[in-house]
Amino acid sequence: MRMLNLNAIYALLLREAKIYFREKERIISILISPLLFLFVMGKGMASGRSPAPGYTYQQFIFPGIVAMVMLFTSITYGLYIIWDKRLDFLKEVLAAPISRATLFVGKALGGMLGTIIETLLLLIIGALFILPLGPVKILLCMAAAFPISYMITNIGLSIGAAMKSMEGFGLVMNFLTWPLFFFSGALFDMGAAAPYIKVISLFDPVTYSVDLLRIIMLDKGTFPVWADLGAIAVFCLITTIIGVISFGRLQQEK
Amino acid sequence: MAAIKTDELVKRYTEVTAVNGVSLEIPEGEVFGLLGPNGAGKTTLISILATLVKPTSGTALVAGHDINLRPLEVRRNIGIVFQEPSVDDLLTARENLFLHSMLYGMPRREIDPKIDKMLALVNLSDRADSFVKTFSGGMRRRLEIARGLIHGPRILFLDEPTLGLDPASRKSVWEHIRELKEAHRTTIILTTHYMEEADSLADRIGIINKGKIIELDTPSALKNKVGQDLVFLKGEINVEALKALPFVNSVEPENGHYKIGITNSGANLQALLNSGGRISEVEVRRVTLDDVFLKFAGQQIGTDAEEHAESIFERIAANKTIRK
Repeated sequence: MRMLNLNAIYALLLREAKIYFREKERIISILISPLLFLFVMGKGMASGRSPAPGYTYQQFIFPGIVAMVMLFTSITYGLYIIWDKRLDFLKEVLAAPISRATLFVGKALGGMLGTIIETLLLLIIGALFILPLGPVKILLCMAAAFPISYMITNIGLSIGAAMKSMEGFGLVMNFLTWPLFFFSGALFDMGAAAPYIKVISLFDPVTYSVDLLRIIMLDKGTFPVWADLGAIAVFCLITTIIGVISFGRLQQEK
Repeated sequence: MAAIKTDELVKRYTEVTAVNGVSLEIPEGEVFGLLGPNGAGKTTLISILATLVKPTSGTALVAGHDINLRPLEVRRNIGIVFQEPSVDDLLTARENLFLHSMLYGMPRREIDPKIDKMLALVNLSDRADSFVKTFSGGMRRRLEIARGLIHGPRILFLDEPTLGLDPASRKSVWEHIRELKEAHRTTIILTTHYMEEADSLADRIGIINKGKIIELDTPSALKNKVGQDLVFLKGEINVEALKALPFVNSVEPENGHYKIGITNSGANLQALLNSGGRISEVEVRRVTLDDVFLKFAGQQIGTDAEEHAESIFERIAANKTIRK
């Protein structure tokens, strides 16, 4: 445990939590586009056939939209470390007597916190207006949110640590976040998708997240549960390693 | 025991050598001023000592720990106030200090009383729970100094602590630094390019230029190297006669007049004017560190440029030999 300083992790997490709750606009604004997808696109295409028998299209895409919130919140949070660089908060933390692994875990937990709150908000909205969900299903979804948000926050943090300015933000959103979302099968049935989409989707961590959430909420998935959980575990491990390495490279910019 | 002992520290970037063989020894309790123009290598040197930047070669003992081998131990024993502001705008003053205390591993029950004490020290008690984004530049600086000290470091690094502050805030920061020195015996390493600042705060001053320490002494000794007073004379000046006087340290032409460094102007000015020739204008003032800096760094810049030119020719020659 010499590598990880628990007091420091607690302090970093506390800082992230305080800032998160102080920026209420961010909490609301991050839910806007998923709600548009859900209520405008989901409702607009309601005339189309749903890939899941017994569910409307809007209900079918709800797990995918939950995954979308996890994806967007976590990646955005991770990229926000560029702001930390500019706010000079990072300078203070990089000079502190804590290991980079401690700093990384503190930031990753901070990202998970935000994502889990957003997920809970969306699940409540969904349970009220779209897809009736019992407390057990909501709890299972929340449990799934932990590893999913962790692995995606890691991706965001790794990229953010390497980025020099906020200008790259739009680039990452267009070339990474949206493709991760569209190839995940959040909006369609993977079983009926074109072969090239299927192949690409296998490398997309969001695919397994969507599938896991669909199994929990609709009892219908493309892969078995253990495959989803296994894939997510592997992604968690890989992204942790990459993240700690990229944090180790974070140098004091003079 | 020395608070800091460096041994041939070098930091090379692809384009420049920011620190070029610095060997220093700073005893405990000293206020050491590192004086130099922008880009002289002050911040890089401090960053190396604070283990934020790894040196290309050489090493240093800071608070008894090797910067290359035990950086976390070094960090626990030092405080640092950065050149640019580094307090978290989105937190209150108290929250900033709490985060810092936790990161530096202070025992939980000691943190709250210590925060109150430090805020009182820098006169921010009444603003303890205000967000830092509402603070003025001087208040931020004071909060940063409080933060740099809260974990009881043996050595405090202050990188341009008054840069960009108005004169009133600057004076108040200076007073806090003086208090620290007297009340806590903290070793303080201070970089600045304000001569006045180094002069009024530092026990010893190292003048740094192009990554090298070119002079190191007490402020008064440095000033004595130029002379205690400067006399500016205009007119038809008899330079040789002036140079022959025992109390004259230097005679230099400067913008149409002569700058003469002398000791004890009160007793010697009359004699100087008598043998100076036909004088049309006289001005006398005390030597400042500005003058010292100009004398040492100014010379050094000249010789350095020549060395540099030489090395370029050498490099071209070397390249040509390799191609052959």
